[in-house]
Amino acid sequence: MRVNFTVNGRRQEADDVWEGESLLYVLRERLGLPGSKNACEQGECGSCTVRLDGVPVCSCLVAAGQAEGREVVTVEGLADFAKQRSEGGCASGACGTSLQDAQQWAAKGQDSQTGEGGELSPIQQAFIDAGAVQCGFCTPGLLVAADEMLERTPNPSDADIREALSGNLCRCTGYEKIMDAVRLAAARQGEAV
Amino acid sequence: MDFLRPASWEEALAAKAEHPTAVPIAGGTDVMVEINFDHRRPEYLLDLNRITDLTEWEVGEETVRLGASVPYTSIMEHLRAELPGLALASHTVASPQIRNRGGVGGNLGTASPAGDAHPALLAAGAEVEVESVRGSRLIPIDEFYTGVKRNALAADELIKSVHIKKADGPQQYSKVGTRNAMVIAVCAFGLALHPETRTVRTGIGSAAPTPVRAKAAEEFLNAALEEGGFWDNGKIITPSVAKQFAELCSGACNPIDDVRGTASYRRHAVGVMARRTLTWTWESYRGARRITEGAA
Repeated sequence: MRVNFTVNGRRQEADDVWEGESLLYVLRERLGLPGSKNACEQGECGSCTVRLDGVPVCSCLVAAGQAEGREVVTVEGLADFAKQRSEGGCASGACGTSLQDAQQWAAKGQDSQTGEGGELSPIQQAFIDAGAVQCGFCTPGLLVAADEMLERTPNPSDADIREALSGNLCRCTGYEKIMDAVRLAAARQGEAV
Repeated sequence: MDFLRPASWEEALAAKAEHPTAVPIAGGTDVMVEINFDHRRPEYLLDLNRITDLTEWEVGEETVRLGASVPYTSIMEHLRAELPGLALASHTVASPQIRNRGGVGGNLGTASPAGDAHPALLAAGAEVEVESVRGSRLIPIDEFYTGVKRNALAADELIKSVHIKKADGPQQYSKVGTRNAMVIAVCAFGLALHPETRTVRTGIGSAAPTPVRAKAAEEFLNAALEEGGFWDNGKIITPSVAKQFAELCSGACNPIDDVRGTASYRRHAVGVMARRTLTWTWESYRGARRITEGAA
């Protein structure tokens, strides 16, 4: 079956999709976007979190066919997504992240330690600055979930943060640094307003 | 496998009539797990996401008609006043990502004894609206669960909505698990006070082959509250009454030993939750009573 949907602001088409396939599989294996991670395949770990029509979901539990005609944002498109949000829409008319850019997306920039020179969303920069990335496997899911929480709750309490990230597991147990990163992003977001 | 994508409820019913083995998928939080793990290879998947009626709810005079696919997140955000027990139960479901997708229709369709919504539905009082091309019917919640992961649906029927009685008094929900998020209930308990009819209703999850009510406990408590004039005098529940109620709730369980807990632990924990939720709801009833009657 063929699935037509929007990924990171651009129309995409996936062919030869098996009917029982998950959205996660389509993203990773058909479109070559490995940012969303595949771990538990049962919605326990949150490492495959993407936004489906704006709502954070586990992409491993969305059937590919259910994504037909809908909008998906993955971690690869998060920088552009956050930029558009802060600019109040797409000013240039050429927004979104192309499949090629998304496939080649890397947090490197010019300096892999600080992220300087790269295109990062504020939450990604905060994760780097707070040292919230250890092995990095849970990071994409956490970034998507945390970014959505900050969009909805600009001044989150610690309880808000814990609640919003309660569906994302980190087995390096770097939760304290992750909390720091989200608090940092929230504080920076507050200063910017 | 075929993926059926009906655009309307009528189309969905026609598809289900034509392919009774089709597995309905809405939030996917149960069905996709089974497919991902190769536990299930349905011939047809029947996607209900395009049917927008299923994600709507309507607050009526006496009941809330809750569309089968209304996500738990919406119940928590919008129906806390009308359906406090179900809103509390919804908040204990898994994680935000799961609550954004899953809904009560799926909980009923799967009919797992551990489904979080069941004790709240049993306690509040509800009817499940199911439909097929042959017509629609309302199944009382007490008759809906027929066995472990079995329900009263016919092969050609789909769950359209649940008609849940609006709360006329305090409701509580309690669940035992190893942490707050991402927990399948070891056991769960729902309690609703119905001051208008001067009755209480209960719901027990994960402690019997199906979700059940503790009917003997309800009858005992109804009689004890009536006899002591508690609904009128608003006195504190006598500890002996609470103790007896808790024991009868434990007695209504028929649990098994499994990876999440032992049968005896489940029986014990249900009793503890029964006593606690009774105290919480009764204190809240007494508080509301004091305010409405202006007494000190």
